[in-house]
Amino acid sequence: MIATTEHTNGFIAGFDRLEQADGRSDHWFTPVRRDAITQFADLGFPSTRDEEWRYTNVAPIAKTEFSSARDGAAGVSPADITDKLFNDDGCSRIAFVNGRYCEALSSVRELPPGVKVGALGEAMDTDGDLVAQYLARYAAFDAEAFIALNTAFVEDGAFIHIPRNTDVTDPIHLVYVTTDGEQPAATHPRTLIVADVSSRVTVIESYLGVGEGTYLTNAVTEVVARDNAVVDHYKIGRESPNAYHIGTFHAQLSRDANVSSHALSLGGSLVRNNINTVLDGEGAECTLSGLCVLKDTQHVDNHLRVDHAKPHCDSREFFKGVLDDKSHSVFTGRIVVREDAQKTDGKQTNQNLLLSDEAMADSKPQLEIFADDVKCTHGATIGQVDDEAVFYLRSRGMCEASARDLLVFAFAREGIERIRVEPLRKWLEDWILARLPQGRSLGDVEWPSLT
Amino acid sequence: MLEVRNLHASVEGNEILKGINLTVNAGEVHSIMGPNGSGKSTLAQVLAGRDTFNVTAGEVIYKGKDMLDLSPDERACEGVFLAFQYPVEIPGVNISHFLKAALNAQRKYRGENELDALDFLDLVKAKANLVELDAQLLKRAINEGFSGGEKKRNEIFQMAMLEPSLAILDETDSGLDIDALKIVAGGVNALRGPDRAMIVVTHYQRLLEYIVPDHVHVLVDGRIVKSGGKELALELEDKGYAWTDQTGKKHPVSA
Ligand SMILES: Nc1ncnc2c1ncn2[C@@H]1O[C@H](COP(=O)(O)OP(=O)(O)O)[C@@H](O)[C@H]1O
Ligand SMILES: [Mg+2]
Repeated sequence: MIATTEHTNGFIAGFDRLEQADGRSDHWFTPVRRDAITQFADLGFPSTRDEEWRYTNVAPIAKTEFSSARDGAAGVSPADITDKLFNDDGCSRIAFVNGRYCEALSSVRELPPGVKVGALGEAMDTDGDLVAQYLARYAAFDAEAFIALNTAFVEDGAFIHIPRNTDVTDPIHLVYVTTDGEQPAATHPRTLIVADVSSRVTVIESYLGVGEGTYLTNAVTEVVARDNAVVDHYKIGRESPNAYHIGTFHAQLSRDANVSSHALSLGGSLVRNNINTVLDGEGAECTLSGLCVLKDTQHVDNHLRVDHAKPHCDSREFFKGVLDDKSHSVFTGRIVVREDAQKTDGKQTNQNLLLSDEAMADSKPQLEIFADDVKCTHGATIGQVDDEAVFYLRSRGMCEASARDLLVFAFAREGIERIRVEPLRKWLEDWILARLPQGRSLGDVEWPSLT
Repeated sequence: MLEVRNLHASVEGNEILKGINLTVNAGEVHSIMGPNGSGKSTLAQVLAGRDTFNVTAGEVIYKGKDMLDLSPDERACEGVFLAFQYPVEIPGVNISHFLKAALNAQRKYRGENELDALDFLDLVKAKANLVELDAQLLKRAINEGFSGGEKKRNEIFQMAMLEPSLAILDETDSGLDIDALKIVAGGVNALRGPDRAMIVVTHYQRLLEYIVPDHVHVLVDGRIVKSGGKELALELEDKGYAWTDQTGKKHPVSA
């Protein structure tokens, strides 16, 4: 415990400095920040003795001296983004560099009346009353150190508010860029998405490192989907090869709301995706899917918790991993069914494909059921490329390398088939193909229509 | 075309092929019959290059080359084709896409131009018609959710697409109704020609009414114990495999 406290000191001292320098004691959010930093000091960084963190050791994060966010927007060109991400011409884009809103890289398309899409930092001042209704009210910072840390240090991020009966057709792309600096930096991006009754929106969060350096992205996204709202959410992790990324996604669903979230982990050295959904109204439905494609010593931990609080809700979890070299993936897919959440329909699947003998996957589907009339299933597989299938393809003339790559790609592709943003899905297909030794030669092909 | 000499193969230390000798000339159709477990599929798979089986002795000469030196894909490119007894399901891999990749790999190997998308499509249509394969199936993943008959027809369709010089059919007739059997046989007969040869592994004499073989071999316990003309198949059907038993041991016959 002493060691943990020592490690939290840097952040606590940083918080105190900010308090004095900013003179923000009058701000409506300051009491929440103070509460959060106190919680963080109490909680300390989690250790692997903590059941929720058994497979992910955050000691490297705890031991690093991080500087707080610094300027660096000048060093990021539009090409840095377009080279590393999908073609987002059809999207509104809000970009952030090292935690701060960057106007030069942002462009918002025409939006329906009443829709708010912009920087959270500004909205906290100009739309304080609206933001205060939601911000930090769902992602619980009293139990999770990283959420507490983010809440204490919230500086900027995105605020999206969709009024009733409003359909935002163009996806909103949030790009969080981190540059290399002299000292590893920590940023705490915050995203707040509120979809009012019967509204619909698609939001893509991209986390992007433009260098090779070490830094920490500690992100929190809160989604409030009110009655009958539809939110389609994507998170693309392309952090630098030495970056740490801890991200929490929390979705609160009211009656008949439908939220889908896709976590695509393609970069970073140590990544944890906490994905929490609360199905808090009858008829709510969530689909959580994810794909990680890892190499070297990358570590990705997808930690899901679906809380069926009300009856007649459906939840689906589909996570896949393709693991090469000494990479490691962890999947925990907990479904909690509350006592009165009858007629719950929950399903979780996790499939891992190991491409090397040293790659490792830990898979823990979990069900906690307190109601009696429910349908819940779970399944996990960890395997290697099927030799029989390789032989079949080779017996028709494909070389071994192509046959293997074709099978790996077919496996991975099932992990992105639910993506509804066409240019994003296409880009991901190309990204996966480019990762495979013979992938390029498989490129000009038609794939089976998946349903 | 194919010369198999004293071929021995084992899996996990168990010898399954115990000295196979077989000569197949261009233009010929050979049928291999035998009880379950006698090694028919093992022979077919060893010829196609499956490395689960260890070849412990003997040689296989194909078109004058030592075939055992070639990888499965090199053999395919040299014109060897295996229609699997149990075709594997491959989720996510589209049949026509994979066939295009395979066909072009073969063409490249032989120094021919790759087929463009249009030519490929024409070829697919013609060959799918030949085996009366529903074109919708070709948009699906390989064998995924196919019926037994659809899987077998898909094998023959692929054979028709790849036009091999040595086709090995492993129980392609098993489990087919008479209509499907006729279609499969039609696909095989369409491919027969003076430059091609076929090895048709079957459990039942019925197929040989539609694909008339030049030679019939009886494989029992890893050895070819009897060879003859097409009339041998009828005799086998009458008397059972025990009849061929040279050693006096009883071999189980399962129909
Ligand atoms: N992969 C394998 N591992 C172990 N034994 C095998 C394997 N494949 C075949 N065998 C054994 O080899 C023998 C011959 O099998 P097979 O060639 O499939 O016979 P057939 O096709 O004539 O029915 C059987 O006893 C079978 O159990
Ligand atoms: Mg067999």
